[in-house]
Amino acid sequence: MALAGAVVALFFLAPYLVMLIGSFKRHSEILRIPATYLPTEWVPSNYASMWSTPETPLAYNLVSTIVISACGTLLVLVVAMPAAYYTAKHRFPGRLAFLLLVLVTQMLQPTVLAAGLFRQFLAIGIDDTWLAMILVNGAFNLSFAVWIMHSFFAGVPKEIDEAAMIDGASTLQTLRRVTLPVVWPGIVTAIIFTFVACWNEFAASLVILTTAENQPLTVAITKFVGQYDSAWQYVFGVSIVGIVPVIILFAMVEKRLVAGLTAGAVK
Amino acid sequence: MTTNHRMEVPAPAISARRQARRDLVAALPWLSPALTLIVTIVLFPAGYLLWTSTRDVSPVGVDRGSAGFDNYATLFDSPALGRVLLNTAIWVVGVVLVTLLVSMALAQFLDKAFPGRRLVRLAVIVPWAASVVMTATVFYYGLDPYYGVMNQFLVDVGILDTGFGFTRQPVPAFLVAMAVAVFVSLPFTTYTILAGLQMVPREVVEAAAVDGAGSVRTYWSVVLPVLRPAIAVAVLINIINVFNSLPILRTLTGSIPGYDADTTTTLIFKYIQQDRQIETASALSVVNFVIVLAVIGIYLRVVRPMRDE
Repeated sequence: MALAGAVVALFFLAPYLVMLIGSFKRHSEILRIPATYLPTEWVPSNYASMWSTPETPLAYNLVSTIVISACGTLLVLVVAMPAAYYTAKHRFPGRLAFLLLVLVTQMLQPTVLAAGLFRQFLAIGIDDTWLAMILVNGAFNLSFAVWIMHSFFAGVPKEIDEAAMIDGASTLQTLRRVTLPVVWPGIVTAIIFTFVACWNEFAASLVILTTAENQPLTVAITKFVGQYDSAWQYVFGVSIVGIVPVIILFAMVEKRLVAGLTAGAVK
Repeated sequence: MTTNHRMEVPAPAISARRQARRDLVAALPWLSPALTLIVTIVLFPAGYLLWTSTRDVSPVGVDRGSAGFDNYATLFDSPALGRVLLNTAIWVVGVVLVTLLVSMALAQFLDKAFPGRRLVRLAVIVPWAASVVMTATVFYYGLDPYYGVMNQFLVDVGILDTGFGFTRQPVPAFLVAMAVAVFVSLPFTTYTILAGLQMVPREVVEAAAVDGAGSVRTYWSVVLPVLRPAIAVAVLINIINVFNSLPILRTLTGSIPGYDADTTTTLIFKYIQQDRQIETASALSVVNFVIVLAVIGIYLRVVRPMRDE
């Protein structure tokens, strides 16, 4: 079993090992025929020189990715949490229509709407800005966050809420002391999913962000791949820098992920 | 008496309606942030897209008036469209189906206890954590016929005599892209099914074993019915994601001239970026969305994922 496990792990890690090893090769070696599995000479200085290349202003790209992902996630949280809470706890006319509308946004992805979004942002003058991308990431990750959090809020038994109320707790106190601890795994799942989706977003950024300084890492790495010459060592160095933080994030919540998916999407 | 009666009957109706309106007004502060975002960033651009698809737009973006259905005519007259639609069907059905089958086996494996399981599960997550562009790019590099390290590996283990140009011709490049699409779809799908497996009652599985049911029989009649909602959700999300996937094909087949390795989604971006035809792109986007809706509609109708509710 453990051996089969190792084979499975290797299968999923192999491309990323190629990336990691490639990021330490000299430019001349990574284009050598035949290819070498391990660098004949390890060049860690690639990780220093990749920040100042003619292809793309990488430091700006990293800041772009961080700002867009952080703000996009925050926007999703601020917008989705009240909606998820209220639709789970209250019955009102239009509730189902609202939830269906949220579902439809899941189908309308940025790739389908790219042309429309591009024209709209151009018309109101926020094309090629972080703001535009924060709004896009916020809007298109909303539905999954609402879904997940909705099912967690709905999972809090009414009796617990009522008991807290009878004991004299205010609505806000009940929310903080009773509801929040129960729905916390759901919120964490929503945050992780949203953050990863924002961090790796590509299609909308490609169309909406036209200035090199504004573009995120996902768009930036494509600049290193040319028709005649490609700086693969930088492509892979940047990829490693982009992937490692997300893996650490996932490693921290791996156990909760299954629980979050069980309660949120599957039940 | 009659007047009294007449006045009494509509009263509850009015108050019920008033109550409904009051409920709706009470709900609005909680929903309006989400509604605002959906209306301005999803619905408005969708409408704008529909509008643009009937306009005559210059390559630099100037609206030159109505075009009626000319953009749609241009689109349907395009000789590439047939092949692109066929590609799209193969792409979605192939990727989603293979992803599902592999994920089911993988989830079953990862559900069992074995030393180092946590690390293996973490390894399976990695393609999910990685940006799809980055994953696709490493395959594009590795499969280069001359300096690609994956090609070299295939030669060294004796599968190939010399490096093969996987990404140089439409058909092999398209197949490689499908394999990469499966690869990056596996983590989410596997985890969703793994989550579903937590709902399978252990006692029932054990009882089935005691009753002499084989593992295939147990899986088919005990595990699979419990997995149904998890599979339904995973497949639905995969259909949407795979259909809208841009980076894999753009990276692996983008340098091949022509449209033989395009799906409708990548064709939209070629119209926007290469050909500067935002109006044709808009028309195709509208067609694309109608196709997604139809596919999901058929899926919901045939599979009925919500049947048990």
